[in-house]
Amino acid sequence: MKRLAIIAAVLAFAAATGAAMLDLAPAAIDLRTPAAAHLAQSGVSHPVTAVLLNYRAYDTLLEIAVLLLALLAILAVAGTPAAAPPQASDPVVQTLARLVAPLAVVVAVYLLWAGAFRPGGAFQAGAVLAAAAVLLHLAGLLRGWGFPPLRLRLGLAAGFAVFLTVAAVLAMRGALLEYPPDTAGMLILLIESGLTFSLGLILAGLFLCLAHEDETS
Amino acid sequence: MTLALAFDVVLAGALLWSAWGTLAAERLDRAIVLFIAFGLLMTLIWARLSAPDIGIAEAAIGAGLTGALLLDALGTLRRRGKQR
Repeated sequence: MKRLAIIAAVLAFAAATGAAMLDLAPAAIDLRTPAAAHLAQSGVSHPVTAVLLNYRAYDTLLEIAVLLLALLAILAVAGTPAAAPPQASDPVVQTLARLVAPLAVVVAVYLLWAGAFRPGGAFQAGAVLAAAAVLLHLAGLLRGWGFPPLRLRLGLAAGFAVFLTVAAVLAMRGALLEYPPDTAGMLILLIESGLTFSLGLILAGLFLCLAHEDETS
Repeated sequence: MTLALAFDVVLAGALLWSAWGTLAAERLDRAIVLFIAFGLLMTLIWARLSAPDIGIAEAAIGAGLTGALLLDALGTLRRRGKQR
């Protein structure tokens, strides 16, 4: 009886949610037209990248800051044990990881470059880089990081630092993150390269900075 | 009923099925594999909704990285269970 009541309540909620979605009013302002109209001045020809790194670059700046903060929180909670030695693994898995990792780097660079004119971009490229690092770690070819040394910490912060520097320089010239149209493409590529590198390290760090625990316990 | 519509219906059904399977699975490894399958189906759905950018992000982060993290966590749990 109780089960039936729960199922009925869940079905009613699902129906109400579906009805609410279908009844959704059209957006008060249509942003697609202005976004497409200013695409030529944005420095890239793919609208999603234009929104993420030009029109709404402020959001992306804060996003990378939040990711960095998440990793800092993990490091604070995880303590400071030494990096664990890699676990021995199946030679077949190791060979596969050795073959796949360079391909993943090529894919990441392609995604970064393609972001300017077709689906792709820094976040996706960074995730592919991080996946390659995680794969190498799981295959026993890459040590867990434990607490990252100075060079690694600089790498983790580099993307945010590059983004912030560009923002500061532009803020001195006028508005925050308002790229001049003739250099917008170069600036976006510079920021995206930094972001890809740091995001790869941060996302891999979410994995590798915690990796010591299971191997030393 | 066109082929594209049939494909969409199958895709949506498979997504709901994998979501249910993830939540209802009694074995954790089964739940994780279904979660990864859910992420990959979600990628296809984003592609069908003409949002390939989100699709790529979902495949790389949702299915790939999160799946690997969950599998690693499961391995750690099992190893700890054996030591006790």
